Amino acid sequence: MVGIVGYGAYLPKYRIKAEVIAQQWGADPAAITRGLQLFEKTVPGQDEDTITISVAAARSALKRARINPKDIGAVYIGSESHPYAVKPSGTILIDALGIGPHVHVASYEFACKAGSEAMYVAYSHVKSGEMKYALGIGADTSQGAPGDALEYSASAGGAAFIMGSERVVAEILFTHSYTSDTPDFWRREGESYPRHGGRFTGDPAYFKHIMGAAQALLEKSKMKPEDFAYAVFHMPNGKFPQEVGKRLGFTKQQLEVGWVVPWMGNTYSGSSPTGLAGILDVAKPNDLIFMVSFGSGAGSDGFVYRVTDEITNVQDRAPKLREMLDTNKIHLNYGEYAKFRRKIKLND
Amino acid sequence: MITARYHREIPQRYRLEAAKCSSCGHVSFPPRLVCPQCKARKFEAVNLSDEGTIVTFTVVRVASDKFSKETPFGVGIVELNDGVRVTAQIADVHPDELKVGQKVKLVFRRVQEDGKAGILCYGYKAVLA
Amino acid sequence: MRDVVVIGAGMTKFGELWEKSIKDIFVEAALKAIDDAGVDHIDSMYVGAMSSGLFVGQEHLGAVMADYLGVTPIPATRVESACASGGASFRQAYLEVASGASEIVLAGGVEKMTDGADVTEALATAADQEYEVYQGITFPGLYAMIARAHMERYGTTREQLAAVAVKNHRNGAKNPNAQFRSEVTAEQVMKSTMVADPLRLLDCSPVSDGAAAVIVASMEVAKKLKKNPIRVIASSQASDTIALHSRRDITTLDSVVRAAQKAYKLADKKPSDINLVEVHDCFTIAEITATEDLGFFEKGTGGEAAEKGWTSIECKRIPVNTSGGLKSKGHPVGATGVAQIIELYEQLNGKAGARQVEGARIGMAQNMGGSGASCVIHILEAI
Ligand SMILES: [Zn+2]
Repeated sequence: MVGIVGYGAYLPKYRIKAEVIAQQWGADPAAITRGLQLFEKTVPGQDEDTITISVAAARSALKRARINPKDIGAVYIGSESHPYAVKPSGTILIDALGIGPHVHVASYEFACKAGSEAMYVAYSHVKSGEMKYALGIGADTSQGAPGDALEYSASAGGAAFIMGSERVVAEILFTHSYTSDTPDFWRREGESYPRHGGRFTGDPAYFKHIMGAAQALLEKSKMKPEDFAYAVFHMPNGKFPQEVGKRLGFTKQQLEVGWVVPWMGNTYSGSSPTGLAGILDVAKPNDLIFMVSFGSGAGSDGFVYRVTDEITNVQDRAPKLREMLDTNKIHLNYGEYAKFRRKIKLND
Repeated sequence: MITARYHREIPQRYRLEAAKCSSCGHVSFPPRLVCPQCKARKFEAVNLSDEGTIVTFTVVRVASDKFSKETPFGVGIVELNDGVRVTAQIADVHPDELKVGQKVKLVFRRVQEDGKAGILCYGYKAVLA
Repeated sequence: MRDVVVIGAGMTKFGELWEKSIKDIFVEAALKAIDDAGVDHIDSMYVGAMSSGLFVGQEHLGAVMADYLGVTPIPATRVESACASGGASFRQAYLEVASGASEIVLAGGVEKMTDGADVTEALATAADQEYEVYQGITFPGLYAMIARAHMERYGTTREQLAAVAVKNHRNGAKNPNAQFRSEVTAEQVMKSTMVADPLRLLDCSPVSDGAAAVIVASMEVAKKLKKNPIRVIASSQASDTIALHSRRDITTLDSVVRAAQKAYKLADKKPSDINLVEVHDCFTIAEITATEDLGFFEKGTGGEAAEKGWTSIECKRIPVNTSGGLKSKGHPVGATGVAQIIELYEQLNGKAGARQVEGARIGMAQNMGGSGASCVIHILEAI
């Protein structure tokens, strides 16, 4: 049996409300809150980045897995906000967590699905028997240009998953990926903010790829939506994952737990992985979980998990997503937010 | 360029690696070549606890240029549970909420950066437990 | 070791000396000291400076100053012990004369801090760079942590800290060389801008330019010159851990305690024999801890003593920082320790004008480096 042996999520404490951003740009807050189902989003502290978020999430994953960090054979961090353009984020993470130096490390990038890519490759390594454990992480301190629609959603957070074959808490039963050249969203080298194709990001991009991966996965697994206790899809806003779930035949109840976007925002590479971590926090043995990520450019990775009896042993060993989402929040005004996100031009 | 200097301190800053005197048990952080307590020169490697208590603190409101965009920020002397004291920034808290005696835990954060194009420098900071 | 005396002194005004370079101010102070002593040569010289490399991009100050003072080829050495560089410079001159190696030595100190360097960063190099400064702590921050610990443990109050600044400004107003010749009220201190809680702007010594120099000589030379020499009856120095967090006790500066014990023993004096003391009040809390650690007041009561006026010139119990201290006179770091000696020299010669401590015969100077990792103490006596 191969699957997740330890998982952890991390969200920064800082938040900004959608209405505060809307007010800044003279926009109608209702279009965001009611229309896109986005109420507030996480903001990284000035001293937080994809690496520190990954370290915090991976530390929780290690606490749950209770394994020797030296037994981890590969570390992959998926993000579109790696602090270095050249120097893998994982190099810093392994030294912080006492992993390695006998370890394979790489940074992944595939817009919002870099995290599920990292999980996919980590899982494949263990499944092939190449190594005992592998760590896949999705984390981001997402950038949305000031005044752009993305500014309401682009948030910070991440989740880490240690894949292994002993004391598995969620077995991975099936995977499927679906990819094509779809220029719905991109960021050119050297640019600070991504560009996107507006409504082109919907049907031809998000919906087509998630549906493509999901339908193939259902076929492969010979399962039906009603077989699953939970489903989680990439969450660029509150509306899309609900809509894609509906089109595929999932109910609101199945989506509810993993649908963390309204109060967290879109953690990009951390989005569906963070939702999965939130589901694992409350899942029961034998629950089936359906997950499909989406990354612009574009592609989707789908996973079918079956929760094992081990889950109840590990759930309380590290902070749960819901606690991080709902408690201990520090709200920022737009000025503080602009300073935190380095949107102010400095004399340096 | 501070790369070599930074690289040298990684075991301490990332993992709180310290040196325990083999003869008197005194723990030095960072590790030293001579025990300050008994002058012995043999040590074993230990990792410090990442939990502790604020012994004293301040709120830096006027910082050096490198930290001037982050003011005001808390800095405290933290006594870790194994008795070793460290100086650490106290993050994720409004400075007015700080008090002597508060329980904290050390987390991994970006501490500074070597200019706009230089390396990013990480290490421990304290957050309220 | 033989008797060593101070026979001359000179200093620049402390403050923002925009028109003058580091060389200009050092040479000005050195010439004044040489002229005051009436010597036609010096055998060697020491230049105390904390961080001329960071402040003005110039190291190798011994040679630089010997050159511009026109005294080459005499031995000339720069001495550095952070903010105690001036005291350490004086101590080197003292030891050189006491040992018999030289007869007349110039002990100087200088700092040029206003030329545009990041002063906070430069000063912070006196703390543990990798384990204190790395975290963004500043010098006001380190002393603020001492202050908070002192307040927590002994009940020292905000008003007591302010009393130190008020008294030192009152003294400094009477010192023609002081940077700030204005009095302040406790209310002004307590309403000034917060720098590092609980320390405010008026708890902190200023950023200053300045130089100071004294001529140290053997008693034989002094007799020949028929000067009024002031005898150095103790020179002591102690060190402590570089990081504040490594100290046995955050509220006690052990280097001060140790150096004081040694100095009292060397001079065969006790705290009650001292008529005035110049202490290193880089921050108001530092004067409070110094007066305790030097043995003038019981531990924990330095704040009360300041508030009750026991450290004022008028009270005479133990006048502290008659010069105005670092707070009001200014704190050009490397010059400070030497300027403290100059205040004692003037006081013990009865030439301190409006701030004269009547009948002063024995004075002490306590100069400190970093958050107390270095301490240099001298006791001088009128002959
Ligand atoms: Zn020992």
